[in-house]
Amino acid sequence: MTNILIIAELAEGKVKKSTHSAITFARSVGAPFSILVIGQGAKGAAADVAAFGAAKLLVCDDAYLVGPVCERFAPTVAEVAKKGFDVVVVTASSFGKDVAPRVAARIGAGYVPDISSVKVDGDKLVFRRPVFAGNAYANCELTTAIKVVSVRQSEFTPAEPSGGASPTEDVALAAKDPAADRVEFIGLETAKSERPDLGEAKVIVSGGRALKEKFAEVLDPLAALLGAAVGASRAACDAGYAPPELQVGQTGRVVAPRLYFAIGISGAIQHLAGMKGSKTIVAINKDADAPIFQVADYGLVADLFVAVPELITELKKAT
Amino acid sequence: MKILVPLKRVSDPDNANKVKVTGGKLDASGLEWKPNPFDEYAVEAALRLTENGTNTKARVGEVVVVTFGPKEAETTLRAALATGADKAIRIDALDDALDGDVVARALKALVDKEKPDLVLLGKQAVDGDSNQVGQLLAEYLGWPQATFAASIKSNADKALIVSREVDGGALNLKLTLPAVVSVDLRIVAPKSVTSIHTPATHTYPDGVRFAALMAIMAAKKKPMTEVKLADLVTDAATKIKYTGFELPPSRKAGIKVKTVAELVEKLKNEAKAL
Ligand SMILES: Cc1cc2nc3c(=O)[nH]c(=O)nc-3n(C[C@H](O)[C@H](O)[C@H](O)COP(=O)(O)OP(=O)(O)OC[C@H]3O[C@@H](n4cnc5c(N)ncnc54)[C@H](O)[C@@H]3O)c2cc1C
Ligand SMILES: Nc1ncnc2c1ncn2[C@@H]1O[C@H](COP(=O)(O)O)[C@@H](O)[C@H]1O
Repeated sequence: MTNILIIAELAEGKVKKSTHSAITFARSVGAPFSILVIGQGAKGAAADVAAFGAAKLLVCDDAYLVGPVCERFAPTVAEVAKKGFDVVVVTASSFGKDVAPRVAARIGAGYVPDISSVKVDGDKLVFRRPVFAGNAYANCELTTAIKVVSVRQSEFTPAEPSGGASPTEDVALAAKDPAADRVEFIGLETAKSERPDLGEAKVIVSGGRALKEKFAEVLDPLAALLGAAVGASRAACDAGYAPPELQVGQTGRVVAPRLYFAIGISGAIQHLAGMKGSKTIVAINKDADAPIFQVADYGLVADLFVAVPELITELKKAT
Repeated sequence: MKILVPLKRVSDPDNANKVKVTGGKLDASGLEWKPNPFDEYAVEAALRLTENGTNTKARVGEVVVVTFGPKEAETTLRAALATGADKAIRIDALDDALDGDVVARALKALVDKEKPDLVLLGKQAVDGDSNQVGQLLAEYLGWPQATFAASIKSNADKALIVSREVDGGALNLKLTLPAVVSVDLRIVAPKSVTSIHTPATHTYPDGVRFAALMAIMAAKKKPMTEVKLADLVTDAATKIKYTGFELPPSRKAGIKVKTVAELVEKLKNEAKAL
């Protein structure tokens, strides 16, 4: 009988929305699940996921768990996992990707990273995951008794609450990993932004190398008007036009908003790997042969420096 | 400082010949082999940590590159030797017989023998896009880890200040060696790696270094050893079983609009995206 353990991700005393994708995984397997809410401030954060139908909320709140340092989290996650769970799931955020393999190695479990879907086949779970920058999908299984999985936020639509209130249970911190004494958390520098997070945004306005130093000047007004998050190609980040955390692609964020604008982006496969799943894609590029037009629902061949201001004017008229 | 760099050769997905799937099997035969780009960045970062940037011929540390693969994979190791790595190890194995877990367990055994101060590797191999070997290895070794490193500052070769690229920003850690660090794209920017051996004023060219012809010749004489996988792991069974491959659903071709006004009209009335 499958019993799933979801590892919640916390930030600033709240459960991050990315966690809702892991809940969607559990619901699509159709097995009972519990949520481990772990980190400093977990007691307060647990309420955020109380109404999703979890059998239990396991809460580990300790000042030791300050900052997402995986060496501090892994021992407790591993101890909890061994108490009757056979699937451990996280969302494949930078935190999830950091901690999940460490937990898997600790308990001798197999780990499947970054899956896009799961199928129940008798008593087997078949995982599907993109490989080769999304140019192929692989089906795979794990041979171990406990299975550790990370799920793609863009492919598992965030779960909505189902009501009720799951019972909570406190979990003690497990014996410390000596490796943790050799990591010191210095700090997390986040860019302050009123824009939604790339992983959660319904609309994303992304820019490429073509924007040059005018990246923010051109895109910010459009993003503000649409309530959109801003994304970027690697070339735009590498050149310093956009901060690195905005990078969308195989090696940046993987996103699937309702509406994605690719502006002055050529459409290299590594970029497509991060946004091909978007519902509607708009491309603005002055090169009619740019590969981005092969995935765009609506393509406009134009100079972006003329087209974007015009777009802002037209949008204001239309809404 | 002694640094071990695991280096994988991958078939290049960024290629005119795309990956094919026939009868549920992956066919990468039309693709060219190339070193995993992130591993090339790891080699570059390792070299920067073990030299004086103003005189890169004199080495002040050791970089050992290691790959898992058949004899032909030695080409990838030789290329790394030509850019400056000091010695190479090939662990004889077939790609199909490996998963991240076997690679990590074998690397653990190799680390026990080679005793490096640091394992520096790519954050992910761009064929499988798994992003797991560094983390698994760190746990098997009982060492601290810093994944997705965008900059590394070496503190007297005893500790590292690592800035990690995470969702929404940069997370800074101080690691006491020995440790495992996996690198991200921006580790090869001009000022991303700093060590006590290189003057603070020194700036590297952006990207990885290329091998001079002389260095390619000299690399042929550098040590290359072969180790059997079975000498490192008694249990070489993989935990992950791939059962079949498919091509992704392709997006249906869209249309080109002539004007911005037409674009807005379509977004509003056809796509209902506004
Ligand atoms: C290991 C690896 C990982 C990578 N990961 C990623 C990743 O995660 N994400 C990513 O994006 N890339 C990634 N890349 C890089 C990728 O291969 C491309 O180099 C990159 O996406 C190109 O960015 P770009 O489209 O902004 O720039 P370019 O390719 O230079 O394209 C600029 C485009 O702008 C157009 N243009 C120029 N001027 C104008 C104008 N005035 N108006 C309108 N259009 C204009 C041009 O026609 C062109 O199509 C990766 C590469 C490697 C090797
Ligand atoms: N077969 C291999 N040979 C050498 N190094 C490997 C191999 N597989 C993975 N690695 C290393 O592990 C890193 C992460 O790979 P992965 O977890 O498979 O995405 C790569 O960037 C390599 O440094």
